[in-house]
Amino acid sequence: MFEGFGANKRRKVNIEEEPEHTKPWVEKYRPKKLDDVSAQDHTISVLKKTLTSANLPHMLFYGPPGTGKTSTIFALTRELYGPELSKTRVLELNASDERGIAIVREKVKNFARLTVSKPSKEALEKYPCPPYKIIILDEADSMTADAQSALRRTMENHSNVTRFCLICNYVTRIIDPLASRCSKFRFKSLDESNAIGRLKEISQLENVPHEEGALQRILEISNGDMRRAITLLQSAAKRLGFGELDKITSQEVEELAGLVPTHILQEMLNKVSQGNVNEIIEYVNEFVKNGWSAVSVVNQLHDYYITSNDYGTDFKNKISLLLFDADAKLANGTNEHLQLLNLLVQISQVPT
Amino acid sequence: MSLWVDKYRPRSLDTLSHNGHLTSVLQSISQQPRDLPHLLLYGPNGSGKKTRCMALLESIFGQGVYKMKIDVRQFVTPSNRKLDLNVVSSAYHLEITPSDMGINDRIVIQQLLKEVAQMEQVDFQESQDGLAHRYKCVVINEADSLTRDAQAALRRTMEKYSRNVRLIMLCDSVSSIISPIKSRCFMVRCPAPPNDETVNILNYVASKEKVQLESDEVLKVIAQESEGNLRKALLMLESMALCNEMQLKKSTPIIKPDWESVISKLATKIQKEKSVGCLVECRSFLYDLLAHCIPARTILQELTFALLRNSSNEKAKIAILQTSSIFDERLSLGNKPIYHLEGFVARAMCSM
Repeated sequence: MFEGFGANKRRKVNIEEEPEHTKPWVEKYRPKKLDDVSAQDHTISVLKKTLTSANLPHMLFYGPPGTGKTSTIFALTRELYGPELSKTRVLELNASDERGIAIVREKVKNFARLTVSKPSKEALEKYPCPPYKIIILDEADSMTADAQSALRRTMENHSNVTRFCLICNYVTRIIDPLASRCSKFRFKSLDESNAIGRLKEISQLENVPHEEGALQRILEISNGDMRRAITLLQSAAKRLGFGELDKITSQEVEELAGLVPTHILQEMLNKVSQGNVNEIIEYVNEFVKNGWSAVSVVNQLHDYYITSNDYGTDFKNKISLLLFDADAKLANGTNEHLQLLNLLVQISQVPT
Repeated sequence: MSLWVDKYRPRSLDTLSHNGHLTSVLQSISQQPRDLPHLLLYGPNGSGKKTRCMALLESIFGQGVYKMKIDVRQFVTPSNRKLDLNVVSSAYHLEITPSDMGINDRIVIQQLLKEVAQMEQVDFQESQDGLAHRYKCVVINEADSLTRDAQAALRRTMEKYSRNVRLIMLCDSVSSIISPIKSRCFMVRCPAPPNDETVNILNYVASKEKVQLESDEVLKVIAQESEGNLRKALLMLESMALCNEMQLKKSTPIIKPDWESVISKLATKIQKEKSVGCLVECRSFLYDLLAHCIPARTILQELTFALLRNSSNEKAKIAILQTSSIFDERLSLGNKPIYHLEGFVARAMCSM
């Protein structure tokens, strides 16, 4: 019994030093300060002004995934209050919390109307500590319209002590009355120069050797989504040191991202252009067995057809329509095999 | 005595059969158990997703993962309704299947994951570095049938609680997984075994079970019929062996599941007679299949391919595919499968 207790104690010591090590890189390299957030210059410059003037509007952050919305607001609260005070001053609710109308009426409202606690002296010296609390509603687009409308008066009534920050991917899912109460910040997808710098930095810090162009490929695949890019980098790094690989290659990255390799895609396109229905059916049977995801096939076909110069506008038009249709059906959770087969057969019937 | 499928299921990473590349990926992950990423395994049925997942867990936690028990947990919805759910768990992981919980999966996910996340693993067992057991794994079967809400609920949870919880999700297709989840996961594609691999595995099992084989031909036929589904292949082998007193000859007939032969009968019926009377007869077939718990999507897929095999006309094939893709979508959006299946049958009759 006593031995066990001792073991437990030792573990506790370990735990304290352990987190940085086991954290996913996405968390490890999450920007800690506003200055670290890259590629959102406009937003950052506006927010930095609020650091000095202590006046903050209600905010609505929107933009595609992985562009730094959540990171920005956390960096902001950290700079405003410091680590200690933000425990009492910040309420974060995300889609994993229950956020029905009842919670908005009770939890949010109660927190909103609390008077602000007095900051300690040390905190006051180091941080601005403005006299209001911040409520962060992450992934606000998954809140119901009812819950959103319950927020309306709350936001205004308690604006002397509370600021709201709504974060979402689709601004259209936020009801108008809420959107008009907030100043909106659009987060654009990261452009390559910014993102590649960050990736290079991380790969250096983590000591990941990479092939020329591999990072570039990671960025292309992740489409401006920084989180996806970093996760990919980490996944690829995991593969190193086992087996024959000694640096990250573009091919490895593609495999990890679940993309269909170019030569297989080319084979498929050949079959499609020959237009023989039976052969396509045979081919797709084999293809599906390999477990490739139909969505990535649709995306890759889209990239290929739309950027290719070999086809006329009319053809591209028709293809886009077919791809759109297939994508919509797949997003509804339909049978991949049937949908992929149908898509390819339909494409093969479009006259060039 | 257990089925051969279970008896010869590989239990550790070293004994995994087909697809060595994938096994080496999993091995490289298991070498660094401290920072196990969230995993998303996808691939067709019977390609060994679950087996691989359990083997990975075994290599991290040891044999204990196979000591499983079933708990009944109670969850309370916001409207105060009580849900009982069976959770299969071992000391190191727990398994949930969304289809058990119907539309309340969001609540279950929220409560269950938080509960797991808030409890630190306390174990006194010495592991290699004493830290590998800090987290518990949550295995989500059929992750593609999670509702959008439930997936949204996973997003922040995956990041916030990554210290104590690791998710392993298994799904057939990644199409219906939202992209924020995909960008947080290490995606692993599990392809189905190629035919010759299947034959090897069948051969191994047959020799272990002392089944007398006249030649490999019969195994090849089984592999062909099973369409890459190893589970199906093994079940077929077992039932054939038992029916023929452990002696398989070249001429031994393949035993197919009943429902497959019913569907192919249905297909010929549709092709032969196109009338309202036949439609009524088809209805009884369809009801029969549904009553035997054959999923509507499987019926639709099998029926489509049976029709495609039977028809020789290209125009008709294209039309059938198009119809089936439309009704496939309706099946997944709609509620009562019989309408859509019948609709498909009627349309297929018209288009031939």
